[in-house]
Parts: sequence; C-alpha cells; structure tokens
Amino acid sequence: MQSVLLAPPKPMLTLTIDGESVRVPEGFTILQALRKKGIETPTLCYLENLTPVNVCRVCVVEVVGSRVLVPSCSRKVEEGMVVLTNSERVQHSRKLVLELLASSVDMALVNEDTKRWMQEYGAEPEKFGEASAPSQEGERDARHSGHHHAPHSTTAETVAQPVKVDNDLYIRDYSKCILCYKCVEACGADAQNTFAIAVAGRGFDARISTEFAIPLTDSACVYCGNCIGVCPTNALMFKSEYDMRQAETWDETKQTVTETICPYCGVGCNLELHIQDNRIVKATSPLDRDITQGHLCIKGRFGWEFINNR
Amino acid sequence: MDLHFTSATATDEERSAIDATLDGEAGALQPPTTSERFRKRHLLLPVLHAVQSRVGWISPGAINYMGERLTVPPAEAYGVATFYALFSTEPQPPTVLHVCDDIACQTRGADALCKHLEAEFGKEGVSCANGAITWKRSPCLGLCEKAPAVLFQTSGEECQDYTLAPVNAEQLSSALRGKPSKEFRPIHGLPPQTVTPAMPLLKRVGSVDPLSYEAYCANGGYSALRRALEIGAVEVIRELSSARLMGRGGAAFPTGVKWKAVSEAPAKPHYVVCNADESEPGTFKDRVIMEQDPFALIEALTIAGYACGAEQGVIYIRGEYPEATSHLQNAILQARSAGLLGNNILESGLTFDIEVRRGAGAYICGEETALLNSLEGKRGEPRNKPPFPVHFGLFGKPTAINNVETLVNVLPILLEGGSQYAEIGSGNSTGTRLFCLSGNVERPGVYEIPYGATLRSLLELAGGVAGGRNLQAILLGGAAGVFVRPDELDIPLTLEGARAANATLGSGVVMVFDDTVDMRRILTRIAGFFRDESCGQCVPCRVGTVRQEEALYRLMEAKGEPQKELALLAELEQVMKDASICGLGHTASSAISSAIHRLGVFQGVKE
Repeated sequence: MQSVLLAPPKPMLTLTIDGESVRVPEGFTILQALRKKGIETPTLCYLENLTPVNVCRVCVVEVVGSRVLVPSCSRKVEEGMVVLTNSERVQHSRKLVLELLASSVDMALVNEDTKRWMQEYGAEPEKFGEASAPSQEGERDARHSGHHHAPHSTTAETVAQPVKVDNDLYIRDYSKCILCYKCVEACGADAQNTFAIAVAGRGFDARISTEFAIPLTDSACVYCGNCIGVCPTNALMFKSEYDMRQAETWDETKQTVTETICPYCGVGCNLELHIQDNRIVKATSPLDRDITQGHLCIKGRFGWEFINNR
Repeated sequence: MDLHFTSATATDEERSAIDATLDGEAGALQPPTTSERFRKRHLLLPVLHAVQSRVGWISPGAINYMGERLTVPPAEAYGVATFYALFSTEPQPPTVLHVCDDIACQTRGADALCKHLEAEFGKEGVSCANGAITWKRSPCLGLCEKAPAVLFQTSGEECQDYTLAPVNAEQLSSALRGKPSKEFRPIHGLPPQTVTPAMPLLKRVGSVDPLSYEAYCANGGYSALRRALEIGAVEVIRELSSARLMGRGGAAFPTGVKWKAVSEAPAKPHYVVCNADESEPGTFKDRVIMEQDPFALIEALTIAGYACGAEQGVIYIRGEYPEATSHLQNAILQARSAGLLGNNILESGLTFDIEVRRGAGAYICGEETALLNSLEGKRGEPRNKPPFPVHFGLFGKPTAINNVETLVNVLPILLEGGSQYAEIGSGNSTGTRLFCLSGNVERPGVYEIPYGATLRSLLELAGGVAGGRNLQAILLGGAAGVFVRPDELDIPLTLEGARAANATLGSGVVMVFDDTVDMRRILTRIAGFFRDESCGQCVPCRVGTVRQEEALYRLMEAKGEPQKELALLAELEQVMKDASICGLGHTASSAISSAIHRLGVFQGVKE
C-alpha cells in the first residue's frame, strides 16, 4: 500500500466562468479552472511540466474589470472573479495570435490540436500578404538589436531560414520556431540545468541561440533531448525523424508506440518507443509520470541506436 | 554550479575591465540571496558596459570570463548582451556615431544629415576614418529640443561617451575624419521659459551650478529631507496623498498609494528605484533635471528610501545620457562625503545609499518590470502583472519605482505641505507639470506650467509654430500617445482633460509638426520604432509591430487596397491593445491609429 502525505486542505474560491459558478482550490490558475470545467482553451507556450511564461497569448481570457485580456495559464484565480472565454475580444485575440504566428512561422508540423484551433478560430494568415524571401544561413543569428536595416518591406517578413544540422542526434529548424521559450526552460532550471541555449536578440529578430550561435557540439548541450520533448512545432526534431522525412519514408500511420522502462540505470524512467517498420525511430517519455515528467537523459532519449544495428 | 565554457579566453584588457568593475568600489546594491547562481548576476550589465567601453565589443572570451566570475551561463550572458542596442557582439570601430533619425530630429534635418554622411562616408555600419569610426541611425536620443542630435559612443581607456546637439554636417564630417572633438559639447543654458523661484521644479535649472553641493544647499537644497525626517515616514506618505501626486512617467498612478504599499509590505528588504530610462520619443524633461539639478533627484530618492523603509536605492538611467549620468554620479559622491548618503544621515539613524545603473539602448527598459529584470542582469523583458513591483519588485522584494519628475515633486510637497501643493490644478491633476516641446516650434525646450493650462497657451508660450508656418498636427504624449489637430488646441492639459479628448499627456511630449511635414513618413518612423524596440517576448507585439509597419508601407506606396490595409491595421491595434504583455504593445498603434482617424492621413478616411 502506498502512503500519501496529506497537505492541509486549501480554501476553495468561487469564480464565474461564462456565467456559471465554479469552485476551485486557492492557487489554481484560470486555465486549471477552465480545464476543470471542461472548457477547451488553446495553449502553445504552456506545458504542465514547465513554469508558465505566458508569452504566446493564445490562452487569453477576459476578466471583468481588467482593462486588458489576461493569460489564463499563469493568472491565479481570485474570489469572485468573472471570466469570459468566448467574448468577441477573446475570439479576436486568439485568432490574430494564430494568424500572426502562421504568417511568420512554418506551422506545417504543429500538433493536431493547433491545426484544429486554426480552423475553429478562422485564422487566415495569408491576409498579411505575400511572404518575404527566406533569410540566408546565419543571417538571423547576426541581427543586431536596434534600428532594423531590412529594406522597408511591403511583404510579410518570416523567420524562414536554413535548418541547422550540426550533430547526429537532433536538428534545429528555426523556420518552425514560435519562440515559446519551452526549450530554454527545459534546458535550464525547469529540468536539465544545462543552460546551453537562451533567447538572444530582440523583437522580431529574437531567436533561440547558443552563445555566439556556436554549433551545439561546442556548446554546453548534453543531448538529453528534453528540448525536443517540449517543442510544440517540431522545430526541434530527432535526426532520425528528420532524415526519414527528407527521404519521405516517415509515416506515422505505420508507427506503433510501445511503453517500457529505460534499461540503463536504476531510476526507471518511462519510455515510449516509436516503432516504424520494426525499427525504433524515436523515443519520448509521457508527461504524466512521476519519475520523469516527460524528461529523459541522453541514454534514454537516444541510446537505442544499437538495437537497430542488426 | 557546473558551467560549460568554450575555449575562448579573455584578453588582459577584457579581464582588467571586468575585474576593475567587480573588485572596485562595491556598489550600494546587494541582492538578498546567498545563492551562487543569483548573488552576482545583477552585475552583468555593468560588466558588459565595462568591456564594451574598454574594447569596443563583447567577445566570446569576455563572455566566458564574465560568466565564470558572475556564475552566468555563457548562452544567457550572450542573450542579455544581444538584447541591448549599445552592445556589439562583433568587432566594430572604437567610436560609433549614433545619429538620431527619430521624429523630432526628422523635423529638424536628420534626414539631410544622414544623406550627407552616406554620400561622404558610405552606408551606415561601414567603418570610415581608417576603421576608427562608424555611424548608425539611432532612435530618439532625448535631445529633441536641440535637434538634430548625435551620440558618440567611444571605447578605449579613459573614454567618455558624449552627445552633440544641435549638430551640422560640417561638424560631423570633421568628427568622422578622425578629429572627434568635444568642443561642440552642448552648453547647458537656460530653459527657453523665464524661470522664476516660484517654479517648484525648474527653479534651480540654469542658474544653480549642478556640480556643486554647496550651491544646491544655498538654494534650498536638503530642506525637504530635513522636513521629512522631522515629520516621520508615515506623515511623508500622508503629505503625498493629500497632494494627490500622480506619477509623471505616463501611467499617472498615485505615488502615495505606491509608497504606502511598499512601506507596509512585510517582506524585507525594500528597495526604491528611480526610473530614469527616459526613452519615449520626444521626451527629455528628466534629462534636463538630471543634468541641471541632479542633487534634487538624489534628495528626493533619499526621502523615498526613508518613507518606504529602504536602505538601497537605484537610479536606472538610459545609456544615451552620458552627461546626466556623470552629473548624478558627481552628486552622489558629494552627498556621500557630506554625510547625506550612507549611515546615520543627518544624525537621524537613517541609512540609505544610491547606485547609478546605466541602461544600454532599450526603450522597453523604461517599462518598470523590464527595468527590474534588466537590473537583475536578465534580458529586459517585462513581467506579467500581477504581482506588481510594490509586492514583488527588485529581486522579488517590495519596490517603489518612480519616474524622475515624480520624485522631484516630492520636494515642493514636503516644503509647502501636500494640501497647499494641491491648490494648483484640479481633480487628480495637481501641481505643475513639465512639458517637452520639440519639432517645428519656435522655442523648443522644457516648460513648467501649472496643470490646467490649455495646449494653445503652452504652444503660445513656446512662440508658436516655428517661422510662423501653419500647424499641421501635434503629437501629445509621445510615440505611445496621440496626434491632435489644429482645431483641438483648447484641450486642457490635465489628466482628466486629455482623457476627455481621447488623448493622453503621457510623458509630457508636445511635438509640433508644421504643414510641410509628410506625416506618412512620421508614421512609418513610429512604426519602425515600435518594431525595433519590441522585446520580442509576446506574439501580438513581436509580430504585430512588424505587420503594422508592412501595412503602412503598402499604404504609402499605394500597393494593394487601402481599405483592406486600414482594416488590417485596426485588427492589429485591437490584438496588441488587448493581448500584449506590457504597455509597449498596448500603445504601439496609438499614434498611428490617431493619425489615421483624427488627422485623416491616408486619403480622406477622417471620421
């Protein structure tokens, strides 16, 4: 039998969501309250195992009395709060956030939920006009803060740029980066404490980068792959998956997922092995398990290549 | 903490610049933590400044060495260095000439200046004078009353940045030919307005030596601090409340409420911070106060420390204000040696000291929570609020942040008494207010007028439109403010009056445009400004400011359908206003929208 330490019960707060009264424990965020109520709320930069950074702004809701919309992922519930999730302002902001992202970032490989939200909110990213030409290798990495020197463009600037392939384990395709900060958090104090990457630059030129954009092989990266695990757009991808996609052999309909325990050490991390054509094509870890909370180390993440060497 | 560094090593020069900053005189600021990871991180910006000004750029070796000494991962230090426009992470010539091409300077020949430089020395960013110097366009340098303005950012041992304004093409040419000279340094003259001793804020400006503690004391200096110590902290806050002092930085929050919250906050220590990161285009009032009456700010911040129960105060000043910085530093040294900073101030038992921290070219750091992050050695990204700084401020502790003008108002309030002070003006607009007149106005400069005068009377006080030309528009409140028309000059200059006219006083900007100005060019410059200065954290502002600029260029070049572009601008305005994290995004389309709807800038779409 498992023994469980009981914390003193938290006081309950009452709030109104879309006209209905809801009771939640003190300390709940609005998003937690919405989920408890079964109201689906789009999120991009939010993940259960990371500190909310509330930067994508797609989860905003209207709180009566607040001049501006509030991010539900990080705003704590207060007694008597009146929340609207479906007002015109909320609809507009969510739609525009999705449009602004899709007009500047390659969203082709986002998850099914995000694709569905794009449809539900009626996002039309093409309304911002024809896309500008992609930037050359290293160009965005070298942009200075301050006065931008781009020719005053009448086309829609994007973050399109060549893929960074500098090691055998994973690639970084920053054309697909929505700057959700999740990889930085996972590399940093929220999981790995390696701090190999950070946000550099400013404004539209802000980017995820190692110091001086050096290759990962020269950086502090320990190849735990936890950044890949949290990336919502597949900007960070197993090299194995990337190569198969390039060769057009990647086929998720032919894949199965086997959950197992990592064989390497005594911790016993949960592993999900993704198998295609009887080969392991990538490894992930479920978010909702106490041991890993979705995070792994280099061995669990990448140390299965030998199995394929038959 | 186990940090990983590349093999790049710092040069002796870089090391000595970093060591001198860290081992030299310890600053007043002490974070309340023993954690190795956070204890010294707040020194990252001072160290980056030290390297930038000694060797002219931040090299990989320098990043590694500062990372080792401060326990900051190199990727994070690089992320911070690349956030600020005045730091370069690539080699560049030792002197960088920043030429302001922002809206106030545009009305006074900045474009011609840039064209001259381009013709004679090549495109911006290219090195000239045998690699000794390069020039760059810059956002507003806060020297608008002396436009056009430039900033010389220098590097080397014993270098000193300096500004020149007004400046002409010949002066710049000779400077770029390798004879940078300080001989055109601005002489700090009298303000254009006739200053009288009855003016609470400007009374010493132009007549009392800003470098002399004795002169300050002989002209009423430090009597407000004595009064504060006499009546006690609680009474000081009560005086502020009865004066109904509202913040002068743009948000107009009641100062008494802020100080009361900090003074009563149970968490310790408390901090007081002066926001001197005056970067709103068209704003220069705080610079004038700091350059010409720096002791007033030191005294006022000391009173703030006393009232809020803080022993440490910081002045965060924008990096483009070298003269104001040196005047403040001089004032702090003199106040310290006179026993007015440090332990047991005026035998009262009060302990308080002040450190000046320089920004490095980032408008967003004027947003109070971005400023706090910058002070902590992080990227200047605003925090989500709540929690507010009064509860969770610098190093997570209760912090009172006030603008320079707000703070110096504390002196007359204590000397006259709060209710006497509130006799001037009406409603929540009490006391006098500093306005920054610039653009096509006859006598540009800082004006101090009682709350309640009309925009027309202020314009008349400044001699009207320069050269007697016709008025086209006035930008009220700054780039984050709104344009008003010539028929709206009867707007009373009060918080309430501006609000009733769907305008804002913002940071006190009154920028005048005559009928020769192409307002579309002014709008694209404003749009470019917000795009450049967005921190990049939240999607509405990061991408919205780019899309806004693009739509304006399409409108200007008559590409596409104007009605469609105008509708797009309205949609962008709504999402930036509603869903951005901070005030930058909330107001990034305010001026542009007002130009379209109030002035009818794009083909008769006036409402």
